[in-house]
Amino acid sequence: MGWKFTEAAFKDLIVKLKADYTILGPKRFVGQGRFSDTDLIRYDEIESLDEIVWNEKSTFSPKEVVFPITQTLFYFIEEKFLEPKLDENKILIFLRPCDINGIRRLDTIHLRNGPQSDSYYAQLRERVRFVMMECMEGFDTCFCVSMKSNITSDYDMAVRFGDDEVLAEVKNDDFTRYFSLDLPRVEFTPGFVQENTIKVTVPDGGEISAGIYNHDMWNEYKSRCIACGRCNTTCITCSCHTTTDIFYDDNMRAGERRRTWACCHVDGFTDMAGGISFRKDNGSRMRFKVLHKIYDYNKRFGEHMCVGCGRCDDNCPEYISYSSCINRLSQVIQETDACVKIP
Amino acid sequence: MAHDVNTKTAVKNAYRITKVRGKTALRIRIPGGCLHAKHFDLLKHLAEVYGDGLVHLTTRQGLEISGLDYAGIPEINRLIMPLLQDLEIGIGVEIHDPAKGYPSAGTRNIAACIGSRVCPFANYDTTSLAQRIEKEIYPNDYHVKVALTGCPNDCIKARMNDFGIVGMVEPQYDYQRCIGCEACVKNCASQVTGALSMHKGKVKRDKRRCIGCGECILKCPTAAWTRNPAKFYDILIMGRTGKKNPRIAEEFIQWADEDVVVQVIKNTYKFIDEHIDKSLPKEHIGYIVDRTGYPVFRDKVLEGVKLNSGARVAKHVQWGGCRYSSDVFLSD
Repeated sequence: MGWKFTEAAFKDLIVKLKADYTILGPKRFVGQGRFSDTDLIRYDEIESLDEIVWNEKSTFSPKEVVFPITQTLFYFIEEKFLEPKLDENKILIFLRPCDINGIRRLDTIHLRNGPQSDSYYAQLRERVRFVMMECMEGFDTCFCVSMKSNITSDYDMAVRFGDDEVLAEVKNDDFTRYFSLDLPRVEFTPGFVQENTIKVTVPDGGEISAGIYNHDMWNEYKSRCIACGRCNTTCITCSCHTTTDIFYDDNMRAGERRRTWACCHVDGFTDMAGGISFRKDNGSRMRFKVLHKIYDYNKRFGEHMCVGCGRCDDNCPEYISYSSCINRLSQVIQETDACVKIP
Repeated sequence: MAHDVNTKTAVKNAYRITKVRGKTALRIRIPGGCLHAKHFDLLKHLAEVYGDGLVHLTTRQGLEISGLDYAGIPEINRLIMPLLQDLEIGIGVEIHDPAKGYPSAGTRNIAACIGSRVCPFANYDTTSLAQRIEKEIYPNDYHVKVALTGCPNDCIKARMNDFGIVGMVEPQYDYQRCIGCEACVKNCASQVTGALSMHKGKVKRDKRRCIGCGECILKCPTAAWTRNPAKFYDILIMGRTGKKNPRIAEEFIQWADEDVVVQVIKNTYKFIDEHIDKSLPKEHIGYIVDRTGYPVFRDKVLEGVKLNSGARVAKHVQWGGCRYSSDVFLSD
């Protein structure tokens, strides 16, 4: 069962929820897009329902809410250190099923990859609740169905935006105290995309032979990719970061430890002491990313990292299509029989 | 055959006195260089039936139809009414009797690069601004050349014009969103003025060096650099070609808003009125400014102009340019 909100009633719900929650959603920044006279849509705190852009895909994913682009872990001065004060508000994010599934991948990496979970991630993540925005059709670059990430049940509330009403499934009973229970009840459970225009065949369940690593197909990306990193920064599942100690200009005995997103496509990602670095050509960076998204993460955790949100395809300035690359890889594996099936 | 042609009237009517006795050529103005494809039918008809079948693309983005008879001018003027209607009257230009063709030709067609309708580098819609300026200054007959370019790449070569209007964008930096990838810094150093530098994993911008090209915004993978949606312009003045002292235009006002651009260009006509040498058949604006000096020009064109905050007016302007010299050659 669900609830039928008039637009006004749902606006009121958001106002009431804001007393206890910081609410974030895909928001339009007019005229602040990359090109002149274009808009930017990215996640940010919203003040009212009107600000939620639910019928377009955001350029950037909601990952920056749970995994900030820049995060100060602690401040240090002489021998002492201090962790930043935590905002105690709970966080509510309006997002699509693919992104909810994407955040589950971020959880896996930060909380279940190795013996030590990431406490900085954990303390932010545990404050987060999801409002799933129903997504029945997706967009022209989406391939969530192929990646099996079109469906989720991990949300406190699911909503369908209509012209002047909002249908909602409320799974978290705590939410019912924020709206009138006299609202009309309706049969509503959210639907999910059943088919995307883009279909991706993922090489599944097999061991990829070394031949694939050196295959000629990656060479094309040596010249096509410009290593800008947009596929990484817009990806909901890219979770690499780099940690730096910053010493303040005015007093070098004080500073902070900070972590910042890092991108496997961008120069410097593999820099090591002694001036050593790996994957210097952009073709091998493409190979590294693609195989991580649809091969080695799966080997370790039993599902693919990529959720098929298609943001990498939307944002590549060189029109490199990652989804086309996966299909090509599958074809190469089939043709060369380079994939040895493991039962 | 004897021709009795008032060349002054013909020239003002946008017809050229050509080298072929008895034949003239008509220059069609296309403000901003953007023409609806529907007009090609009429242009083809004019060239094939009245001219020599050729259409020349002019250096200022107009079209020149050659091989026309002087006697045919009244009829051609009536035929081109749809062009005047769409390209001039339609954008707000006042033309009293459109059946008589172009009312003047001294102020040249406003040229513009393709601008932000198509080009990713452009910081504004050059076509729209060209049309707005055309509306304000045409049909003046003083010899003034205006060109608009979307960014400092200056593909239209605005610096060769009396007024070159270059699009600027103010980049806004979000420290938290920056991942320190250095894409903007490296690009600014190699392609632009080196206004950006790295400082402890983040970026610093030297405002005095920044020319507002917007390349940092284009390069940034996280939208740490975004656009200030307000539009700004760099007004370059008194560039020119010619036999006497060709030179590139220099900066007059940086970070001007659109109203300032339009008002300054409008006021220039008052300045010309006051200072032009009336004994000459025509005098080019740049040479008038050479005679009066920059401060006289500056003070006149800024009269009544409300400068937006952030706009910076040049204290001095030092034009260089070349002067033809007989002294530089090894032999006489």
